[in-house]
Amino acid sequence: MSQDTTVAVEVHDLEKCFGSFVAVNRVNFQIARGEIFGFLGPNGAGKSTTIRMLCGILTPTSGSGKVAGFDIVREQRQIRQNIGYMSQKFSLYDDLTVEENIDFYSGLYRIPNSERAARKEEIIKTAGIEEFRTRLTKDISGGWKQRLALGCAIIHRPTIIFLDEPTSGVDPITRGNSWATIKEMAAHGVTVFVTTHYMDEAENCNRLALIYKGTRIAIGTPMEMKTVIMKDQVMEIQVPDSEIWSERVRAVSGVKQTALFGTAIHAVVESAEKTGPAIEALFKGAGVAGYTVRKILPSLEDVFVSLIEEYDHEHIKAA
Amino acid sequence: MFERIKSILIKEFLQVFRDPRMKVVMFVSPLVQLIVFGYAANTDVQNVPTAIYDLDNTFQSRQLIRAFTYSHYFTAKYFIATDREQNRLINKGRVSAVLRFDRGFGRDLEGNRSAEFQLILDASDSNTASIVLSYANQVLQQFNGGMLQERMTVFMETVPAIAGVDMRDRAWFNENLESKNYYIPGVMALIVTVMTLLLTSMSIVREKEIGTIEQLIVSPLRPIELILGKLAPFAVIGLAEMLLVTTIGVLWFSIPIRGSLLLLLGTTAIYLLTSLGVGLFISTLSSTQQEAMMSTFLFFFPANLLSGFMYPIQNMPVPVQYLTYLNPLRYYLVILRGIFLKGVGVQVLWADIVALLIFGIIILGLSSLRFRRSLG
Ligand SMILES: Nc1ncnc2c1ncn2[C@@H]1O[C@H](COP(=O)(O)OP(=O)(O)OP(=O)(O)O)[C@@H](O)[C@H]1O
Ligand SMILES: [Mg+2]
Repeated sequence: MSQDTTVAVEVHDLEKCFGSFVAVNRVNFQIARGEIFGFLGPNGAGKSTTIRMLCGILTPTSGSGKVAGFDIVREQRQIRQNIGYMSQKFSLYDDLTVEENIDFYSGLYRIPNSERAARKEEIIKTAGIEEFRTRLTKDISGGWKQRLALGCAIIHRPTIIFLDEPTSGVDPITRGNSWATIKEMAAHGVTVFVTTHYMDEAENCNRLALIYKGTRIAIGTPMEMKTVIMKDQVMEIQVPDSEIWSERVRAVSGVKQTALFGTAIHAVVESAEKTGPAIEALFKGAGVAGYTVRKILPSLEDVFVSLIEEYDHEHIKAA
Repeated sequence: MFERIKSILIKEFLQVFRDPRMKVVMFVSPLVQLIVFGYAANTDVQNVPTAIYDLDNTFQSRQLIRAFTYSHYFTAKYFIATDREQNRLINKGRVSAVLRFDRGFGRDLEGNRSAEFQLILDASDSNTASIVLSYANQVLQQFNGGMLQERMTVFMETVPAIAGVDMRDRAWFNENLESKNYYIPGVMALIVTVMTLLLTSMSIVREKEIGTIEQLIVSPLRPIELILGKLAPFAVIGLAEMLLVTTIGVLWFSIPIRGSLLLLLGTTAIYLLTSLGVGLFISTLSSTQQEAMMSTFLFFFPANLLSGFMYPIQNMPVPVQYLTYLNPLRYYLVILRGIFLKGVGVQVLWADIVALLIFGIIILGLSSLRFRRSLG
């Protein structure tokens, strides 16, 4: 498997402990070349720690991994030629101008002199920061900084790129811009490993892994997440005065959870076939007219919330 | 390799010269320190404020008072008549010396008996007090000599030459015993030390704080390239700083520079191996700039105390004297004073230079290894 040239990243039982605290708990996954791989999880789940191990910033406590075919512990030098990394923290020099930052990275990655000017223009143009070239980086707004950082992280045209929350705290336009860049790279065969908190962004990924308390609790395509991996089903209920009905729907046997999405109620149920008629009977009995009850595909948010609750539930029982 | 070092180098220079705080550190603070040590920390004793307590008030007492105040060592500030005043002035530190003549001084002297007067000193600063006392003895000796001569003239027609031993002390290398000549080369060393220590440790720790260090770690940059790219600019700045403080010292404070300027720069470069190395070491211990600053001073104070900058090494207890041999700053100070004040060259200073070089190589080498490991 490790000889497979279509695999860009793979890890086996990757573990990282800080003292007695297990930040990453024996995680496994594989990423194919050219894939956009989303790494999702709440704060403190261990996303950044995993990325740091893959990039050679941290040494794993145990387990193994390969990036671009090179061992993450023994062959860090070779890995570095092949990867780009954008850390969660803003990682450019505030007291250098936009152009000086780009020049610095050009030198760091030894971009040939003949190509430097062109790449610089490309980064500036892609990020849309033509008018800020000679401005100090600290004086441009967060969104522009993030685009510039992304540009600098890929200045050397890496084959694999690790992006740690590239779009946290920026406006939707910048997010759109960044995702356009990411998809464009993937289309050219670049493998993208990206962490995010935004579920709508997760839909852009070819495959996703959900990590929680250091443990990988699910992995698959977004569609697999919504169909196979999530055991429960979701019913969407349209009914007048939905706020009032939400409580009562939850009381129906077989309903695990309800939540309001706009005017609709989403009910998590074990089986749509069994519980659907029971919900309809509730409305019929109360003489409500104009309601609809139907099974829908859960959103990724539904999936993750339900998986995390399930995990917590099992581990509380175990404890 | 050079490409990558060059980019770090350019970046460091840009950042240093763009930081307004750095300009203060580089230009204003050396000036302030030179001024403080050149003017304020002056251990030369002159114009000791003196109170005159003359109960005798005779020709003889006034003559001796004149002998004291004509020397520029003592300045009559107060003329007093009671013990209460005397105690008040001394206690409040208004005067450091009181010249007291009780009734009968003139009469005794006139009657050819040995006459007594009192010199009361504020000895809370024992150093200064002992210097004042030796000045007073000098004044008194002259006065006695004058009296003797006078008496002889009265008794004899011709005065024979009186042979005696007369010590002519001559202070070599610092003829006027000016403390600034002793201090300022030391201050120069301290300025260069603090500057390069802080520049190095802060610039690396800042990258940890803002997270850019991770970006450097994941790049193909080798640790040795990062070290060279970081340290080379600060070495250049350290040498430039040395030139700057030398210029100020020579032109403003008239510090002699008797030895070779080239040797001064060469030995400074050797010393920078140590100070940059320690800065690098501190950067591996600290994760915030504040910690780096603290560690810098924790290193700096003992190094300073055990260097012979303030307190001469021969005055230290013997075990402590041995300890100073472990202090690179000690050798650098010997070298600087040698070059500035004595004008000596490599023939004399070679042992100190070699010691400094060995320390530099060891310290920078170990720090580099540690830094490499700290990058993970
Ligand atoms: N150097 C460290 N020493 C000790 N604990 C650490 C260290 N780095 C991370 N941790 C802990 O490990 C856990 C995982 O941290 P990590 O930064 O990987 O989370 P994350 O998933 O990236 O979260 P976020 O979404 O907030 O970025 C956290 O509880 C964190 O406090
Ligand atoms: Mg993180």
